[in-house]
Amino acid sequence: MSRHTLSVLVENKPGVLARVSALFSRRGFNIHSLAVGPTEDPDVSRMTIVVSVEGPALEQVTKQLNKLINVLKIVELTPSAAVQRELLLLKVRADATTREQIVTVVEMFRAHIVDLAPESLTIEATGTTDKLEALFRMLEPFGIREMVQSGMVALGRGPRSISSSGGRQE
Amino acid sequence: MTSPAAPSSASARPAVVPPAAQSRPTVEQVTGAQSVVRSLEELGVDIVFGIPGGAVLPLYDPLLDSTKVRHILVRHEQGAGHAATGYAQATGRVGVCMATSGPGATNLVTPIADAHMDSVPLVAITGQVGSPLIGTDGFQEADICGITMPITKHNFMVTDAAEIPSVIASAFHIASTGRPGPVLVDIPKDILQAATTFSWPAEIHLPGYRPTARPHSGQISAAAKLIVAARRPVLYIGGGVIKAEATEQLLRLAELTGIPVVTTLMARGAFPDSHIQHLGMPGMHGTVAAVAAMQKADLLVAIGTRFDDRVTGQLDSFAPGATVIHADIDPAEIGKNRTADVPIVGDAKDVINELIGAVTAEQGSGVVTDLFAWWAELDEIRETFPTGFEEPHDGTLAPQYVIKRLGEISGPDTVFTSGVGQHQMWAAQFIKYEHPRTWLNSGGLGTMGYSVPAAMGAKAGRPDATVWSIDGDGCFQMTNQELATCAIEGIPIKVAVINNGNLGMVRQWQTLFYGERYSNTDLGTHKLRIPDFKLLAEAMGCAGLRCESKEDVDATIEAAMAINDRPVVVDFTVGKDAQVWPMVASGTGNDQIMAARDIRPLFEEE
Repeated sequence: MSRHTLSVLVENKPGVLARVSALFSRRGFNIHSLAVGPTEDPDVSRMTIVVSVEGPALEQVTKQLNKLINVLKIVELTPSAAVQRELLLLKVRADATTREQIVTVVEMFRAHIVDLAPESLTIEATGTTDKLEALFRMLEPFGIREMVQSGMVALGRGPRSISSSGGRQE
Repeated sequence: MTSPAAPSSASARPAVVPPAAQSRPTVEQVTGAQSVVRSLEELGVDIVFGIPGGAVLPLYDPLLDSTKVRHILVRHEQGAGHAATGYAQATGRVGVCMATSGPGATNLVTPIADAHMDSVPLVAITGQVGSPLIGTDGFQEADICGITMPITKHNFMVTDAAEIPSVIASAFHIASTGRPGPVLVDIPKDILQAATTFSWPAEIHLPGYRPTARPHSGQISAAAKLIVAARRPVLYIGGGVIKAEATEQLLRLAELTGIPVVTTLMARGAFPDSHIQHLGMPGMHGTVAAVAAMQKADLLVAIGTRFDDRVTGQLDSFAPGATVIHADIDPAEIGKNRTADVPIVGDAKDVINELIGAVTAEQGSGVVTDLFAWWAELDEIRETFPTGFEEPHDGTLAPQYVIKRLGEISGPDTVFTSGVGQHQMWAAQFIKYEHPRTWLNSGGLGTMGYSVPAAMGAKAGRPDATVWSIDGDGCFQMTNQELATCAIEGIPIKVAVINNGNLGMVRQWQTLFYGERYSNTDLGTHKLRIPDFKLLAEAMGCAGLRCESKEDVDATIEAAMAINDRPVVVDFTVGKDAQVWPMVASGTGNDQIMAARDIRPLFEEE
């Protein structure tokens, strides 16, 4: 199964997230990640949904989403034509002997240390899924105490915006 | 000929849009409840089916004063929902039902799911506990918006009394346009009691709802080219053709092209059964000719239909040689089950009208379509395997005979409703439908108990029509309480209980697939006569009749036809071993169709 990123504009109304997630669950579509937040228009929210589906099923996902009254627009953002980012917060075991090595890794990934304790470091990193997975692999040997990761958010490259890029994708 | 049976002199299309012309800026001081009633009046709602209760009480108070909206007090909310569905299916208008919060609302869940599966325009208005109680597990609180999210086209929770007119207008608009469906409006008690203003919205603001009606001209012309070039085409017609009021157009397209027509369970009546080009119903219990035609077709012209598993059987062996033109108002149906070679998104009436134009143009350019060989083949199948039944060997009354005579005696203008099971299939097979909106049943959800309340709704919406509810003894016991409603409210429906003493369809499967082990299918309605349907009918203010022999069938039906001052229930006591044939067994392909037990038609000869 391949992953596809759908950027979905929805009306900012109660229950919209439930409608979308319930739709995925009852139709047996697999959500890999989902991020939702405000847009430049206070009446509109934007969801970025990463789904794991094959070709014909992706079309069915899009069509079913379009049937939701609160869904305004759906655009698929391909990795080559969009900036895609996730946020990772990672608490790593760190003491005086390992702290220096961890800081080096953090700098190489252009991540930040956002909290420091005698026996741990908390690291904030943003990037693509691949980059964050690589960072995780580099830090795993030091001992991951806990982690949290956001869903992906994405924006199309170039001057056009989702609200100006033609009709709803069918 | 197909004639539009829509009784309403109003617009036959199920589109109830607020009269924008009356955009007078009158503002009335009202309560939220009054605003609901005023909104229903603006929309031309004449009948609402429902039951009051705590949370919805404020709404029932102004309802008492409305001279335009008649409320029919049902006995169970499920009855209200199916009645609203029957009303909608018989008239083409939006059906409306009402219930209180909690159990009242949850009792509407089955009819809402039913309307969702069969694309019926339905608006359900439910009371909700007061806003401060929401989320506290208050008395009679249920999250009905959450519960009905997957089974409604959309639902609303009103949070501001001033929004009531626009929400109700939107609900009716969504329910009746595009692919019709149920919409629920949940209104907390304090919102119903709040002082607010009423002004009818000049327009509906639904930025995310833009159903496509007009088909793409390029797709139409591609379809027309395939239609004239096909050697073995079939018009595969679904209920969408009836909903779009496109049956006259269908007749013209069929006669223009000479293509054989099959009508699904939801489309019975969309094309006259008496028409020579009609092969009958396809699917699990369809005619051999209809099933064979699709299996052998080189082109399926599917309109307003959704390739349901009961039609296709095993998908990968369904119509293996057919190119598919699939027209539907709902883009998500196209390509969902079967890939469409020519997808057409649009309203069935527009699609068929444009196909007529495009096919005529193709024919004008000299293309001659020769379907002679195709028809010769189909005629042979049709003659070899006509729809029929055997008289029971044990001397009992044949249920198929009863249903056939019901159709013949009461005539093609009668509205028939049915429950779900054997009697439903026999009613679909043995009654000849000539007009749309004369056959109402629960197709998608398969809701036992649909028949009596749906008949009540149909009769309420079309009081001049004869309405026969054909029901099974199992189904009938699920919703017959609405006979009391019918008797009291002056809704003289006629009910034929096809009483075989058993859950007949389940028993048939037990006979065929479970080694005749009859686990929990004997209802005792034969051997114990509990309940006695004749007495039950009389207890609820209806006439009760019973018929147990073939000789009495006609006289009993005529006696029932003569009673019009109250509902009639006829207990047709029939044999328990009659079976529904033909049959494509569940999980097998349509090539495995059995015309009757152990009789497999022609496919294996090839």
